[in-house]
Amino acid sequence: MAVVFERPKSLADIRLHYCPGCTHGIIHRLVCEVIDEMGIEGDTVGVCPVGCSVFAYNYFNCDMIEAPHGRAPAVATGVKRAQPDKFVFTYQGDGDLAAIGTCETVHAATRGENIVVIFVNNTIYGMTGGQMAPTTLPGQVSTTTPFGRDPKLAGFPVRVCEMLSTLDGVALAQRVAVDSVPHIREAKKAIRKAFENQRDKKGFSIVEVLSTCPTNWGLSPVDAIKRLQDEMIPYYPLGVYADKEVKF
Amino acid sequence: MEKKLMKGNEALAEAAIRCGCKCFFGYPITPQTELSEYMAKRMNASGGVFLQAESEIAAINMVLGAASTGVRAMTSSSSPGISLKSEGISYIAGSDLPCVIINVQRGGPGLGGIQPSQADYWQATKGLGHGDFHVLVFAPSSVQEVVDMVSYAFDMADKYRMPAMLLSDGLLGQMMEPVVFPEQKSEAIEKPWAANGHKNERKHNIINSLYIEATDLENTVVERYKKYDEIKATLPDAETYMTDDAEYIITAYGATARVCKSAVNLARAEGIKAGLIRPKTLWPFPSEIIKNATENAKAILCVEMSTGQMVDDVKLAVECKKNVEFFGRTGGVIPTPAEVLAQIKKLGGIE
Ligand SMILES: Cc1ncc(C[n+]2csc(CCOP(=O)(O)OP(=O)(O)O)c2C)c(N)n1
Ligand code: SF4
Ligand SMILES: [Mg+2]
Repeated sequence: MAVVFERPKSLADIRLHYCPGCTHGIIHRLVCEVIDEMGIEGDTVGVCPVGCSVFAYNYFNCDMIEAPHGRAPAVATGVKRAQPDKFVFTYQGDGDLAAIGTCETVHAATRGENIVVIFVNNTIYGMTGGQMAPTTLPGQVSTTTPFGRDPKLAGFPVRVCEMLSTLDGVALAQRVAVDSVPHIREAKKAIRKAFENQRDKKGFSIVEVLSTCPTNWGLSPVDAIKRLQDEMIPYYPLGVYADKEVKF
Repeated sequence: MEKKLMKGNEALAEAAIRCGCKCFFGYPITPQTELSEYMAKRMNASGGVFLQAESEIAAINMVLGAASTGVRAMTSSSSPGISLKSEGISYIAGSDLPCVIINVQRGGPGLGGIQPSQADYWQATKGLGHGDFHVLVFAPSSVQEVVDMVSYAFDMADKYRMPAMLLSDGLLGQMMEPVVFPEQKSEAIEKPWAANGHKNERKHNIINSLYIEATDLENTVVERYKKYDEIKATLPDAETYMTDDAEYIITAYGATARVCKSAVNLARAEGIKAGLIRPKTLWPFPSEIIKNATENAKAILCVEMSTGQMVDDVKLAVECKKNVEFFGRTGGVIPTPAEVLAQIKKLGGIE
């Protein structure tokens, strides 16, 4: 019998701790499918963040490092500089990457650090229980914006791909989503391209994935997907923001 | 072997490269900048990595990344920058990673000043980050010792899988002395725990400091403290100078110990039986050595370039059975031998 669907080899055969309907799991799977297809598990070092995906070091079967909150791009830089022949990726949430770790993100990007950054934007601090993230939408209720995010008080959300696309060191900055089959396919292609960029020493590649947090949004998994489509995509348009040859 | 006249900071950098430091990550700050600049000149050419980080926070996390893959990695800074590194140092300690951190101390608190200081003793020996952990702390007092201790610090960091700090100061960093470098040394130790790609030949390695179960974390910390006990039993080191018949013994480390040695010589010239104990390891603290060497002393004078941070450890070393007095200058002021001599006389009630 032909096998049409199975767990990627580089994804550990254990139960993930994510909430029902959370799309972190889909994104893990896409990264692992790419690692498997490229046959690079034995040559890959992943760096996980502090956030809901903190335990990702148990889920990816490649060698893994757990970084301090926001510092994954610096840790990945250390790994890549020490081991230039290895594939190095970070997997980070929006609070991790675009608040506490903004400095490390921007500088790894502008150095053209030859790494892959998987950026999971769910417009919320999932792990700590639903506080405002740098990506929380205007009007969005969180535990620290109980009346909805008011830009006059809390400022505006950060559009990471748009911001990073201005930097010379960025080879790829692409925003994708995991709300539908076509978008998931698109997301995988982007992740594959990011890893191929690293193989070809092209520079910094970031794939921003719009993701759901049913738990802290207070929505059912189905309604969470709908919110992603109706509210997030209009504010964070999908697409390629940078795809260029970095001229070092 | 060839003697070279070198500045402390540059000698330190050269020594690190020679003992196999493969990656250096730093951020400019006075008075350690020559160290980074020397690394920038030499490191890439010698097959290693020099990278100027965007901050001290990034630099220590780059060290975390590089050290995770099994290479010898180092960062250097001065006091305010070390404060920024403390989260990363705690993670490195909690992940059982070896690395070397240099603190060329300057005056504090805050932006403080850029003159030599020893006001980071507490930070280095008791509070280099959150949580239950220690780092090895070595205190050189000459440029030659800077060179020797860097190599030793890397060896001990690797052996015990923990961070090691060289607590230098602006004086040692900036002064020039003749040095002899040891033979070039390559990485000695196997690191089967390193996260450098499993090549499909082993299970994946995980570098991590998170233990969500309280008892798991407790067990890990307790295991680490067994290692610390072994270190406390074997590594403490101090130089004793004229302590055999001394009635008044100074305790001082680093650059201050040089001043105090001169003060001891001045005292001896006047017939005052003075001596000096110079801790070379600040953690583990050489308590036994101090206790034994001060057995017959009448009083002890702890001299520091701070308001008195090591003095409590000296009191504990002698179990508070001796009179331990303190003299210090701070803010970047260096005590003079004459000042220290005056303090010895005061201690002995000598006119
Ligand atoms: C230095 C530090 N500050 C704060 C925290 C607490 N903290 C843990 S996860 C987190 C937010 C994570 O949110 P995000 O990066 O968006 O990831 P998500 O959980 O949404 O996937 C915070 C603030 C921490 N662990 N360390
Ligand atoms: S809290 Fe949100 S982001 Fe975290 S696992 Fe649950 S649904 Fe996913
Ligand atoms: Mg988030």
